[in-house]
Amino acid sequence: MSTVRAGEPATLEAGEGTAVPPPAPAARRAWLFDAGERYGLLVAWAAVIVLFSILAPGTFPTRANFDTIFGTQAVLLVLTVGLIVPLSVGEYDLSIGGVMGLSTIFVAYLQVQQHWPVVVAVLVALAAGLAIGAVNAFFVVGVGLSSFVTTLGMGTLLTGVGYGLTNSTTIGGISSGFVQVITYQVLGLPTAFFIGLLLTIVAWYVLQHTPLGRHLVFVGEGQEVARLTGLPVAKIRAGSLIACSVLAAGAGVLQAGVVGAADPGGGASYLLPAFAAAFLGATSIRPGRFNAWGAFVAVYFLVTGISGLELMGISGWVQDVFYGGSLVIAVAFARVAARRRNAAA
Amino acid sequence: MAERALRLTGLSKSFAGVRALDGVTFEVDAGEVHALVGGNGSGKSTLVKVLAGYHAPDPGAQLELGGRTVSLPLPPGSSSRLGLSFVHQDLGLIPSLSILENMRVGRYRPGRAGRISWRRERQAVEAALRHFGLDLPVDAHVGMLSPLHRALVAIARAFADAELHGGGVVVLDEPTAYLPTDGVDRLFDAIGVLRQNGTAAVIVTHRLEEVFRVADRTTVLREGRAVGTAPTAELDEGKLIELILGRKLEEYYPAGASAIGDTVLSVRHLDGGSVHDLSFDVHRGEILGLAGLVGMGHTEVPYQIFGAVPARGGTIEVQGHQPVPAGSLTPREANRLGLGLLPADRLGGSGVGGVSLRENVSLPVVARFFQGGRIRRRAEGRYVQGLLREHDVRPPFPESPLAMLSGGNQQKALLAKWLQMRLPVMLLDEPAQGVDIGARKEIFQRLREAAQAGACMVMASSEFDDLAGVCDRVLVFRHGRIVDELAGAGLTEDRLTAACYSSRSAA
Ligand SMILES: Nc1ncnc2c1ncn2[C@@H]1O[C@H](COP(=O)(O)OP(=O)(O)OP(=O)(O)O)[C@@H](O)[C@H]1O
Ligand SMILES: [Mg+2]
Repeated sequence: MSTVRAGEPATLEAGEGTAVPPPAPAARRAWLFDAGERYGLLVAWAAVIVLFSILAPGTFPTRANFDTIFGTQAVLLVLTVGLIVPLSVGEYDLSIGGVMGLSTIFVAYLQVQQHWPVVVAVLVALAAGLAIGAVNAFFVVGVGLSSFVTTLGMGTLLTGVGYGLTNSTTIGGISSGFVQVITYQVLGLPTAFFIGLLLTIVAWYVLQHTPLGRHLVFVGEGQEVARLTGLPVAKIRAGSLIACSVLAAGAGVLQAGVVGAADPGGGASYLLPAFAAAFLGATSIRPGRFNAWGAFVAVYFLVTGISGLELMGISGWVQDVFYGGSLVIAVAFARVAARRRNAAA
Repeated sequence: MAERALRLTGLSKSFAGVRALDGVTFEVDAGEVHALVGGNGSGKSTLVKVLAGYHAPDPGAQLELGGRTVSLPLPPGSSSRLGLSFVHQDLGLIPSLSILENMRVGRYRPGRAGRISWRRERQAVEAALRHFGLDLPVDAHVGMLSPLHRALVAIARAFADAELHGGGVVVLDEPTAYLPTDGVDRLFDAIGVLRQNGTAAVIVTHRLEEVFRVADRTTVLREGRAVGTAPTAELDEGKLIELILGRKLEEYYPAGASAIGDTVLSVRHLDGGSVHDLSFDVHRGEILGLAGLVGMGHTEVPYQIFGAVPARGGTIEVQGHQPVPAGSLTPREANRLGLGLLPADRLGGSGVGGVSLRENVSLPVVARFFQGGRIRRRAEGRYVQGLLREHDVRPPFPESPLAMLSGGNQQKALLAKWLQMRLPVMLLDEPAQGVDIGARKEIFQRLREAAQAGACMVMASSEFDDLAGVCDRVLVFRHGRIVDELAGAGLTEDRLTAACYSSRSAA
């Protein structure tokens, strides 16, 4: 900036009086808290791995379990990465479970029962995600309804449609070629995992490193500020709902490949885990913001914990308890940390 | 010897690395009006927030209320029981709740069976609002109100509390920042009524003439220390400024006008809110002031020209572009036409408190730092730091959240956010609100420099002295219409005051 400073009085004490050097212990405590907050979840994940390796040495630290954790849960990762987009701009998307379920069903139904080529079936499933996202956006941004209510209704509606399309039964027999592609092992991990990883990187890049990501944050944290700064708030909100829906459909496609079948209730059971992971992820790596690597760590922390508990013989009910509990704890923790961060406004 | 309403001794407060208050003693007598003044970041709001139980002070502080020792920190929410009521700098209202709920939350008087009598609550609130000449629907959401009305609601709430309890202390942190002169009159009248019940008032303000008008005594803070308390009658403006800044202040308003050029902005037949059929032109290099009393419409004009608040009709023309209908203008388009708006609502419309200064300030230009496929955060930080230094924002740390700055420093940072764009037209609502007298001079200097560089400024303000000192021309509003225009030698504070208050329409 080139503006010259006219008549700056030489006596201005440049704020020395207020900016006394930090008392060392307090500063160290603040730094520790900061680091603890950032990487706490990562440490907790490591602790969970160590704990279960000790408790279940025969089953937990094994190749098979590693495959389950990293292979089958790529679906949850993709769903969560999609979800943090609308959450960043302050919108809920509760239809992701429904979208994902329907997308899996589309792949199975079109390919198995209608004998369409699998590529076309996949494209149709993704297009359906896009269309549903657009409908969500129309009601939320265009009409001005609450995203919470709109997407809650939409998700339930889609789950119902899924039951209708499948006659409430599981459609099996998805093209083995497709299943092989999705589960094909590279470096000991299935393709599905790398797709999830790739999408995490893309989301991280967009949210963290591009002007668009910055705009998302402002729309989420201060919509009026964003609007008065001239950001395209409506487009950003609509776009985030659409992107989320497309990614949820993508998660459904992966699910079709990982499982090789479509279960009409399958999508709905992923809704809560995705929220738990998104909120838990927002407490780490970039605390206070929904962020891609936080989501990544959170997904694998949750999945590792659950698989450990299941291997210990506690199965069935433990998933719901663990996911539900994590969601509440994550939200509570975020609130406490935020209060600590800006003790004053 | 007057009875002591409040006595605070040995008050210190540190935030990680910053000592906001350092061994402050502060005493308020029953029924007195006590001004608490000091530069931006001197610790006034921090002191207020300690009293409100918002901040825990460092160990060693002692508080006596009405002669009784009260242990610190105060539990949040206990202050009203102790006879303290507040208007915070950020008002402390909840935008998503109605006026009624905001005024009564935590204060409901349940009837039989614990039921809230909404009719009685409603009447109490309406009465409290009328006290300040407000005739607002009590069910309206606070978020929908203008900054001015919001301030009045917060003030009415604090006064209703104080009246209910009798005695005690009302603490007002820059209540007048948004208030036009007649609003200030009403506030001071209300303070007069309260003190007859033995209630003391502590008022934080940067407007020194107000100190001399209402305060019995004045305490000055500088960089976290109390540098003196004196009966206001023993002070004069020069002395007070020296106490506040630790130095003398020479010429206050920037000298020299800019060369006025051709028309840059033409507003025609603008209609909306309380504004009727408004037409005016602004020229290159010109600073145009908009003045008026409460509710006269002048503060709405910047928002309507920017498309922030929908207008009913009229056109806006910016030099080099086709005229656009004001009714369908959006802030985004206005921005593309070369307009910028600095809203009065600092943390609601201007910047986001929880986000870093770097991100807040660079928001309109963030694309500039997107190079080689990513935002160059280091370069962005350096740039913002330079800008913060240039605008004398303290402390100039780009990574701290906006909310951690004192109110006046937030304002300076947000002004920097817009002035960096060097837009041809800047619309400003109370650009110097909350800024101390030292820094205020700097802000006006900045505005003048921008005008001299060829921009034009449209600035709504309730401070007649500033308008007279800074503007080339001022439009005076009454009932949504321009009734007078002052310029050149005719533009003085006295004439402006007279024009705003006079019932005849000149023009
Ligand atoms: N939550 C916080 N965290 C860190 N520093 C803070 C916090 N709140 C205030 N400060 C710092 O404490 C100092 C005093 O701030 P305070 O808000 O009390 O000033 P003020 O006198 O009210 O100024 P103004 O006139 O600008 O409103 C400033 O340096 C400010 O940056
Ligand atoms: Mg303050």
